[in-house]
Amino acid sequence: MNDNNKSDVERMQLHEELKSDSVAGNGLINRRHLLGLGLAGAGSLVAGNVLAADAGLVIPAWSKTPGRELSGYGSPSHFANAISRIAPSPNSISPGTGASRTPLHLLQGTITPNSLHFERHHSGIPDIDPAQHRLVLHGMVRQPLSFSYEDLLAYPQISRAYFLECSGNSGANSAPTASDNSAGGIHGLLSCSEWTGVRLSTLLEEAGVTPGASWISCTGADAASLGRSVPLNKALNDVIIALYQNGEPIRPEQGYPMRLFVPGWEGNVSVKWLTQIKVTDAPANFRDETSRYTELLPDGRALQFTYPMGVKSLITSPSGQMTLQRRGLHEVTGLAWSGSGAIRRVEISADGGRTWADAHIEPNQQELTLTRFRLPWLWEGGEAILQSRATDTAGNVQPARAAWVANYSPANRYHYNGIQSWAVSAQGEVKNVYA
Amino acid sequence: MFTPKRTTAIFLSLLLGACANAAEDSPRLGTPISEAQLQGWDLIVAPDGSGLPAGSGTAAQGQLVYEQKCASCHGMQGEGMPGVPALAGGSPIGTPPLMTVGSYWPHASTLFDYVRRAMPPLAPKSLTDTEVYQVTAYVLHLHNIVERDFVLDRNSLPTVQMPNGGNFIDRSQVQR
Repeated sequence: MNDNNKSDVERMQLHEELKSDSVAGNGLINRRHLLGLGLAGAGSLVAGNVLAADAGLVIPAWSKTPGRELSGYGSPSHFANAISRIAPSPNSISPGTGASRTPLHLLQGTITPNSLHFERHHSGIPDIDPAQHRLVLHGMVRQPLSFSYEDLLAYPQISRAYFLECSGNSGANSAPTASDNSAGGIHGLLSCSEWTGVRLSTLLEEAGVTPGASWISCTGADAASLGRSVPLNKALNDVIIALYQNGEPIRPEQGYPMRLFVPGWEGNVSVKWLTQIKVTDAPANFRDETSRYTELLPDGRALQFTYPMGVKSLITSPSGQMTLQRRGLHEVTGLAWSGSGAIRRVEISADGGRTWADAHIEPNQQELTLTRFRLPWLWEGGEAILQSRATDTAGNVQPARAAWVANYSPANRYHYNGIQSWAVSAQGEVKNVYA
Repeated sequence: MFTPKRTTAIFLSLLLGACANAAEDSPRLGTPISEAQLQGWDLIVAPDGSGLPAGSGTAAQGQLVYEQKCASCHGMQGEGMPGVPALAGGSPIGTPPLMTVGSYWPHASTLFDYVRRAMPPLAPKSLTDTEVYQVTAYVLHLHNIVERDFVLDRNSLPTVQMPNGGNFIDRSQVQR
């Protein structure tokens, strides 16, 4: 059925029917009801039309001539190639030091394309020849060992989809005033890939950890030789030496030829360009686990070795700097994750947290990965504040921004996981706000 | 029919079997290496002083090294500049600490470790161990943590008390 043939009366009837199936204030709709209506019914609320009422379809030019040749390493359509990482201007002293962000608001699903995975480097991206690279495992072991890249490729490997989030992600929202920025600009130090690699426990078993060991100290082969310490119980649990990312060798920006991957924990501990694992009985207290990546409290003390990322979610659409182009039905969608388990529930509010509705998530969510959530929303041109709130399988609930802020010194930017609020104006403009 | 006891026994044997299989699956391709071969390569220095090399230095000696190799970015008094961290200034507890060595860093070993592995940013690992001792002493002296003629070496460095050392809460075993 063509939308244009539907009478205003029918349109109003459908509208009223949808509103009667509201699950929370300000237009949130029961998704099951919408599915029952079918797409034609939902689409009929769209006000604008692409085609004039009497225009016929024509066969496009690309259907009348053969397409281009095959290619080696593929690339996106040139119509869709504006999607890129959000990068600041380079540091004047050390251009390779800094961060670029994943444009979360321009992506769908849960897996981040490798070219769009966020970056955080402490002294640029080294150009490592895998034939010369070595991973050395030493310290409190019976036999110190050295592994080549070729060696590791021959070990049994496992593959799992895990999120990776920088400890400083979303830190902008801990500032006193809300910055006018996009979802990716604020929260894009977050990505999710299928990581494949060798269990660290397999290598530790081969070297033979000696009694009394309780930590590992790991360093990378970059110019910063970035180091982080990881408790041995985590190292023996689910940590891998990652060699592949979404099926291909990990990118130089992600640590080629190998990185430590520590599921669920702040990104900085997943040491890139991994070259050293020293088994010890105490943490090394590297610069990036003392001077940085520690959280200042209101009383001046600081939390150290805060590893799991807190339960968190954000709406990626509609989100900051977008403009709703029409009144009617929109899908509210976003991402949720937790470093302490799987996502059990995501709630959405369209009225600044007064009423909440359960968003739809697929059942049986895996641990330590991204969860996509969705819920229909009927926007009738009024003001709204969209929020999402995640709960994980450990029972942790994402805090309101004010509650998070109260827990820390105003100087702290790490481990921010407060609820994100997007204000929608009567003109449909979406903006980052504190609500 | 399984009794609970028998079920447990079977479960345990399966678990042990799985572990044994994991080990059997390993091709065990690691090449033995000695700690002696890691001399000069392993740069990790821990708060207990482990990993500190031979050599020594004082703040008085470190001033020249600092002015030649550090001050252009970190400033003559460690004041920093946009995009470059300040090294000195601020005080611990009482007023909010600044992220400087004297005001915030809990261990002197971290300063030695970081300078040796990562500084200066355009030529990391170019300082000699003696220069690292000297510069470390100088930066500590900027905050009056050590005297100008205090000799920093592998024995004295672990004894340096950092003003903010006791103000960190270890969260390493908190899993959520």
